[in-house]
Amino acid sequence: MTPAPRPEDIEKERSYLLRYALLQLRSPAQAEDAVQETLLAALEGRERFSGKSSLRTWLTGILKHKVIDCLRRSGREQPLTGNDDDRSEADAVDALFAEDGHWREMPADWGNPAGAFENSRFWTAFELCLQRLPARTAKVFTMREVMDMTTDEICQELAITTTNCWVLLHRARVTLRECLEMTWFDGQQP
Amino acid sequence: MIPSCKQASVLLSQSQDRPLGLIERLRLRAHLAICERCRRVSTQFGFLRTAVRRYRDGE
Repeated sequence: MTPAPRPEDIEKERSYLLRYALLQLRSPAQAEDAVQETLLAALEGRERFSGKSSLRTWLTGILKHKVIDCLRRSGREQPLTGNDDDRSEADAVDALFAEDGHWREMPADWGNPAGAFENSRFWTAFELCLQRLPARTAKVFTMREVMDMTTDEICQELAITTTNCWVLLHRARVTLRECLEMTWFDGQQP
Repeated sequence: MIPSCKQASVLLSQSQDRPLGLIERLRLRAHLAICERCRRVSTQFGFLRTAVRRYRDGE
């Protein structure tokens, strides 16, 4: 029998959980709330921690549910389909390609990009690029990449088609790639 | 038929979300063999995934 985690050990994970929540909710107030609810639920239910996974994994599992609840609530306030943003977003991606489907600009050689991980300024640039993604695209992208949800799960959650989901993920990736290239990798290489 | 860069970028993106079919893999491979631009983008998509996880995990 695994002993229940100590409250102070649970509290220690707060900053990790907050970063995780911020990636998905984009509103610091909402993220704080989700983390607070998670910590409370974990404290109340700490006897249920089986020790099969790490404490962090267990807490993240709880947080995911809180985040999904929150996304659901905001999804109701902000319909996911049929707005003008969709058109302008599609245009922005189209603009990256020439008529014949070739990249308009030669994608730069990023050299050894993993080197950037050691640079805190890189993470600031990375955050800004994530924040510049349109809300709906960012939501799908973070569900996929941060929460490790499958596209099927995302489609079900947001009531969108698989094709729509792939379109949004593609947009997110090419847009992020472009943003990082402009704000970080361009001219950084020798 | 060899896909355009735009189509190749769609396949590269989807390959991170689902297993590509045989034909799709062959078309993508044929494109990458002749296109340095998309080979770069392919590596960069992989980098994006790693970066998001590093960011999330705070390493």
